[in-house]
Amino acid sequence: MPEGKLCNKQTVDTKEQLEALLADKGGKQYYEEMNHLDVNKSALTATLKKVVKSRFKTWLEICSHCGLCAESCFYYLANDRDPTQVPSYKIQSTLGKMLKRKGDVDNAFMQMCMDTAFAKCTCCTRCGVYCPFGIDTGVMFAYLRGILFSQGFSPWEMKIGTGMHRIYRAQMDVTVEDWVETCEWMAEEYEADWPGLTIPVDKENADIMYTVNAREPKHYPEDIAEAAILFHVAGENWTVPGEGWEETSLAMFAGDVAACKMQVESVYTAMDRLKPKRMVVTECGHAYRATVIEGPYWAGLKNGKTPVESIHYIEWVAEALRTGKLKIDPSKKIKEPVTYQDSCNYIRNGGLADVAREIMSYIAEDFREMNPCREHNFCCGGGGGLNGIGRYRQQRNIGLKIKRDQIQETGAKLVVAPCHNCWDAIRDMEEIYKIGIRWTFLKPLLIKMLEVPEHLKPKDE
Amino acid sequence: MYEFVTGPLAWLAFGLFAVGIIVRVVRYVRGLDWQADRVTYTVNVKFGVKGALRSIFYWLLPYGTRSWRKNPGFTFLVFLLHIGLLFTPIFLQAHNVLLKERWGISLWTIPESAADLLTIAVIFAAVFLALRRIALTEVRIITNAYDYLMLLIAVAPFITGIIARYQVANYQFWLILHILCGEILLVAIPFTKLSHFILFFASRAQLGMDYGIKRGGMKGKGLAW
Ligand code: SF4
Ligand code: SF4
Repeated sequence: MPEGKLCNKQTVDTKEQLEALLADKGGKQYYEEMNHLDVNKSALTATLKKVVKSRFKTWLEICSHCGLCAESCFYYLANDRDPTQVPSYKIQSTLGKMLKRKGDVDNAFMQMCMDTAFAKCTCCTRCGVYCPFGIDTGVMFAYLRGILFSQGFSPWEMKIGTGMHRIYRAQMDVTVEDWVETCEWMAEEYEADWPGLTIPVDKENADIMYTVNAREPKHYPEDIAEAAILFHVAGENWTVPGEGWEETSLAMFAGDVAACKMQVESVYTAMDRLKPKRMVVTECGHAYRATVIEGPYWAGLKNGKTPVESIHYIEWVAEALRTGKLKIDPSKKIKEPVTYQDSCNYIRNGGLADVAREIMSYIAEDFREMNPCREHNFCCGGGGGLNGIGRYRQQRNIGLKIKRDQIQETGAKLVVAPCHNCWDAIRDMEEIYKIGIRWTFLKPLLIKMLEVPEHLKPKDE
Repeated sequence: MYEFVTGPLAWLAFGLFAVGIIVRVVRYVRGLDWQADRVTYTVNVKFGVKGALRSIFYWLLPYGTRSWRKNPGFTFLVFLLHIGLLFTPIFLQAHNVLLKERWGISLWTIPESAADLLTIAVIFAAVFLALRRIALTEVRIITNAYDYLMLLIAVAPFITGIIARYQVANYQFWLILHILCGEILLVAIPFTKLSHFILFFASRAQLGMDYGIKRGGMKGKGLAW
């Protein structure tokens, strides 16, 4: 049975495997091999039996084909109401059919499923909120991705991502040394402007253990410096773990549950080792979803909670502003119209809608809600790993139109987007559609507005 | 014939209906898995119960959710259909007379004119829901013959019932057909996708618990359905 050298059912656990995949630019050979990949039918049947239990079976069975989910899906709207984008249709024609055929499907079918599960669904779970039966198609697609992954049908970048997590316990090849060095470098770099600024690594019993998205040490190290500055000004007793600092999970997008477990356990181990009072997760949506919301289940923690209380960055910001740990200079509040991008992962799926509004009430004079907003907000278009998959670039770009229109309707030129995926999607959207907007994380915005206590300011000699 | 369909056959239909729905619920609950579903069903129970009740309550309320409000016409038809389907057979005078005769019990009843109105409402709603399936592309693409069959099984007792009541033609024939249709409906509930009769509650409770426990219910006010 043909198994490709790059595209196969094996997981990526060694650097050699990973390098071979990375060397295949754009996944050309990988996708070519995928065309010949066999479906292991008995394994697929067994996986289906394990994954599709009463919840999914019921969802697939009782769907009354009412179509209420159609308009809830941003892909359906962005593709001019293409009926093949109706969530019910998408899931019935993939997972539903796979189940009906008891796993007796071919390569073409599996590739169609992969294309649907990634390029037609970002697992934003919005449709589940609009279905009278509570059929959560986004959740089913997330599990379908896992079924496909077990058979080797996963986008090239996703396969690489899972390998990264398995090897580096991070979504990118950032080693513990790289990470610690970046922290030291950033502390040195900003120390002149912020006397006493440190990034304490592996400090035990701190009030806060701060964890990040690997993109930060890799591409945006200033983000770590900014976090440090804000903790410093707020007078927090904080630390970052040397190991177990990465919150994100491309493994979750890919559906590689074993890798998901390895990843979150690295963070939980850091919690056990450093015994912080709380963990704060950087401005990332899926990272929070993976490590705080879903992670305890992968790790088998029976109370469904992380070993120490974990909060999203916006929760920390709201608390710091509320309690006066951070003070905003009223004259520096945002005067222009500004809007907020509600991330599916920590707003709809994390219950933090009010927290975001609280922050905006402290920092903005003309805050404009998108329509719809809060739990009902549309996906930015880059969720579910879509930002990073070359094969589906075109489909992703079409999906961005909904967010573009939503932002334009607010009249705001500034979008606060405290989520890496949303931030990227909005950046790409501006690049493609050029509507003249700016987008930002909270950290740089806050630093510009702070009232810095005298003793923390640099002394002019 | 009349004796048979209102006697042993009725017993059988009610029996299958009752046992069937119990089995469906038991199987549903037994098939839940906290780790695979990623919801701690038996821990954080307070949040779970609250989430489940909210999820059921808002969806049972006409226009109680954003989705219902966004689709006012459909919502009207759906509630009309379901209210008629549930209330008419239970509170119909003729049914209660029969009930008294056979099992010695009877419930509060509604006037015959109200029953007529409800019956017509059910038929009206079903016709428009069927037309909607044809008219809207997003509904047509997911509709299959099974969906129409379900609709037919659900309204058949009403169509035959009203014909029998007005005794347009052969009363005995329509009456027996009406009873048979009713029994088919009862049996169809647990064995077809009409099982949403009970699984609606199971599924809504499950997603409600998911949101109530894991997806923000412990932090926010609970999802604004
Ligand atoms: S809204 Fe729910 S029941 Fe209706 S078609 Fe969509 S998934 Fe099926
Ligand atoms: S989860 Fe989101 S993207 Fe996927 S089908 Fe539902 S609404 Fe569409």
